Amino acid sequence: MTGLGDVVARLPPYAAAADLDGRMPEEAIAVLREARLLAPMVAKQHGGPGLDHAGFGEVCEAVGAVCTSLRSLITVQSMVAAAVARWGRPEQRARWLPALAGGGVLAGFCLTEAEAGSDAAAITSSLVRDGGGWRLTGRKRWVTFGRSAGLLLVLARAEQGGTAVLCEAGAGVRRLPREGSLGLRGAMLADLEFDVELPDSAVLGRPGFGLATVAETALSLGRLSVAWGSAGMVRGCLEACAAHVRDRRQFGAALAEHQLVRRLIARMAVSARAARALCREASAARDQGLADAGSLVLVAKYFAARAAAEAGADAVQLHGADGTAAGAYAARMFRDGKIMQLIEGSDQMGELAISARVLGLPAHRRPA
Amino acid sequence: MTATAVAGQVHAFIRSRVGGRDIGADTDIFEEGLVDSLFAMELITFVETTFGLSVLTEDLDRDNFCSVHAITRFVLGKNGAAARRDPG
Repeated sequence: MTGLGDVVARLPPYAAAADLDGRMPEEAIAVLREARLLAPMVAKQHGGPGLDHAGFGEVCEAVGAVCTSLRSLITVQSMVAAAVARWGRPEQRARWLPALAGGGVLAGFCLTEAEAGSDAAAITSSLVRDGGGWRLTGRKRWVTFGRSAGLLLVLARAEQGGTAVLCEAGAGVRRLPREGSLGLRGAMLADLEFDVELPDSAVLGRPGFGLATVAETALSLGRLSVAWGSAGMVRGCLEACAAHVRDRRQFGAALAEHQLVRRLIARMAVSARAARALCREASAARDQGLADAGSLVLVAKYFAARAAAEAGADAVQLHGADGTAAGAYAARMFRDGKIMQLIEGSDQMGELAISARVLGLPAHRRPA
Repeated sequence: MTATAVAGQVHAFIRSRVGGRDIGADTDIFEEGLVDSLFAMELITFVETTFGLSVLTEDLDRDNFCSVHAITRFVLGKNGAAARRDPG
């Protein structure tokens, strides 16, 4: 994509600052906003760049190699845009897609609760009929960019079952910042408390089908974004480590001359290529509309997240004390890499889902 | 496409997702616990890609997707509607 490299080259100073300060500088978001990369899959008819899944992946990879927190903004913005594009009514698409593509509004995705996360069906946030509209109450946790998002896609339980609503942040939405997290420190994490009245037009998709369709549409794109972002982290770690071990000398030789160092570089190089190959396969499957695309996305995310966590840890190892310093790239990748093994489905949930598909069994069974 | 042909493809797809177990044409795949969200979206993608139709929000009804028979009826209904709108 023309100009992606130029855009990404402007991001490194903001990435370190976001991590150190625990908040994303507005200037960093402005770089993505100006480049129209906040929700790059929004169709041209709605004012977006209209990238396919392959092009979207390249954006996530390039930004992810520099800053996981900023990549996660692209992720959540794109997740909400995808859900609106796929399941929104024409008036919902006309209202929100141009705003999401242009960055006039930042989006949040609100699923996780105290007792519901991987088990999305256990959500207790409630959506009840109230006059001609709805009343949404409940508390959502760990919302990426929850401190600043203006449009919140919330999964709640209505009489008909799991239901998705689009809720504008404002009166009735209380933000409770989460600071000092292990990783994603620049991602403006917050819990959100809802006690808000919503019009009928806020419901996205069909009541009762919010989890199986709206949430899954968003989450699957989120997984693809995390997969590509993780692949970018592995590449970024590889490039940083290769430069470091060529330059740094110990015992009269560059670190690169030591065999134990070379092993880590080789493993990282293979992981980088493998992660990228799986991400490309998953994106291609989505672009071709293949029915097993969702499974391929799970495989790519599972592999790439583990590779990112390993690459981050090895990057710290290879950089020695410098890799642990405040503001160090390796330290940030190490901490953010661990988060990749949890976000949009933990490693263990991935293992259950991937093996379930191989065996033809459900991923989960509820106790009778 | 005939009902038999549609049902055959739907049946083969669902069987491929449940380890080849035999699924009756009227077996309720929701009640059998075979459908998680991943499978639900895969089923929708399969129906759209294989039969060249769009599953819209108003189509999201359990009765349209609960069994091989139901999906076949849904596909034929959608394609029949499309054919009536666009003869030729």
